[in-house]
Amino acid sequence: MTRRVAVTGLGVISALGGDAGEFWQSLQAGRSGIAPLQTVDPALLRFPNSAEVRNFAPLQYFEEKEIGLLDRFAQFGVVAARQAIAQAGIRWTQSLRESTAIVTGSCAGGQNTEDEGFVNLYRNNIPRVNPFTIPRTMENGAASRISLETGVVGPTYTISTACSSSNHAIGQAFWMVRSGAVEMAITGGSEAFFSLGFLKAWEAMRVVSPDTCRPFSKDRRGLILGEGAAMLVLEPIEAARARGAAILGEIVGFGMSSDAFHITQPSPDGAARAMRACLRDAAQLQPEAIAYINAHGTATLANDAAETASIRQVFGAHADRLAVSSTKSMHGHTLGAAGAIEAAATVLALREGILPPTANFTQPDPACNLDVIPNTARQAAVEFALSNSFAFGGLNAVLAFRRAET
Amino acid sequence: MSHEELTARVRAVIAATQHLPQEKITPDSTFEELGIDSLDGINILFAVESEFNINIPDEAAQNLRSVRDVIDGIAKLLEGGQSGQAVTA
Repeated sequence: MTRRVAVTGLGVISALGGDAGEFWQSLQAGRSGIAPLQTVDPALLRFPNSAEVRNFAPLQYFEEKEIGLLDRFAQFGVVAARQAIAQAGIRWTQSLRESTAIVTGSCAGGQNTEDEGFVNLYRNNIPRVNPFTIPRTMENGAASRISLETGVVGPTYTISTACSSSNHAIGQAFWMVRSGAVEMAITGGSEAFFSLGFLKAWEAMRVVSPDTCRPFSKDRRGLILGEGAAMLVLEPIEAARARGAAILGEIVGFGMSSDAFHITQPSPDGAARAMRACLRDAAQLQPEAIAYINAHGTATLANDAAETASIRQVFGAHADRLAVSSTKSMHGHTLGAAGAIEAAATVLALREGILPPTANFTQPDPACNLDVIPNTARQAAVEFALSNSFAFGGLNAVLAFRRAET
Repeated sequence: MSHEELTARVRAVIAATQHLPQEKITPDSTFEELGIDSLDGINILFAVESEFNINIPDEAAQNLRSVRDVIDGIAKLLEGGQSGQAVTA
């Protein structure tokens, strides 16, 4: 069996706002959510800025006793899932609950909880940690909570593949719906890791920008770390139409690869392999059919050049006609949530007929010679788009999207 | 600290970090010759920062291509007032 898979719900919480509407407003305006670090004292770090979620008030979404079991990363995931489910207008039946999958991505899981426990143990000499530490830190915390809230008893799991976690998760969910293994999926990712220890680990890699995130610019200086979550509701297109659900877009393909090259440096060959696999999976979609790519575009010296090379490898002459932008320039690099937040950006871009720009762009780099939609969003009716995620460890995951038919 | 002592300590740190015999590491050796890639590079910087108790900013880190670059970079930071005492982990 193979069915077309529709996106019928979207939820996003990020540096750009508390829901998908605010998210899209900022993307459309080319407005970045990068601002001075809030949770951790920048005086302790080599970088002063972040794309944190500002003014998040958990009590707006959860009862006090519920918060005790949920790390910030899980709270974000649940909030995004609720938005997506509400938009999709799902009417749960026991049969649907049994045939729905929940597949999420997270790289750091309950990092804040873990860090707090360690500080108490190792620095403050308190001989015990919060008894809910394990359920709060486990990377599947968001998925399990979403299952609890919805009563979904179908396949539920979490994928952790660094910066590709969410693309891997959404891809798996897409395949499960397409093949008929399940009738619906709630899928995406969430991440919240702003603790000194975790930020120090990133500082030591020397890939974090001391100013802002300028993907593809000649003077780019690295990534800006961000947090947040995005969740999508997926279901067969026929089922969505039958129940009168609004179809926001379609997922048409998913491709994966491993670089087998270097533990942190990217390989254009590996990335190209994943993009080609995605196109093949999309019923042999031709490269020329793609008009927009939401790039991995972290703004590190290494990624942006390697990604450009890999795009040229796959698309050849057509690369000159592609529009490519990195929305990480606005919402930051949300690690395990990146694929999900960028999937939301891509679905919205196709739906609205407006391609988000690469913000903070100053000057072109000959090694990144693509049309990167600098600074200003562009009206464009695009039918097919790709969204790239290329992770540390050389793990690549690419999704292909199609605009909803009108 | 004399230039000789600085050179000796840098060679020792690089040898230890890269699991290479110290004889292979001369002030003229380039990272490429020594098989030091970008990941090894940041590892060496970490070891050097610990050894000399200094803070090497990212911009300085990007231009290090040889053992001499590292020695000269540290000398400059030490002259600029950063401490030179060895720090045990």
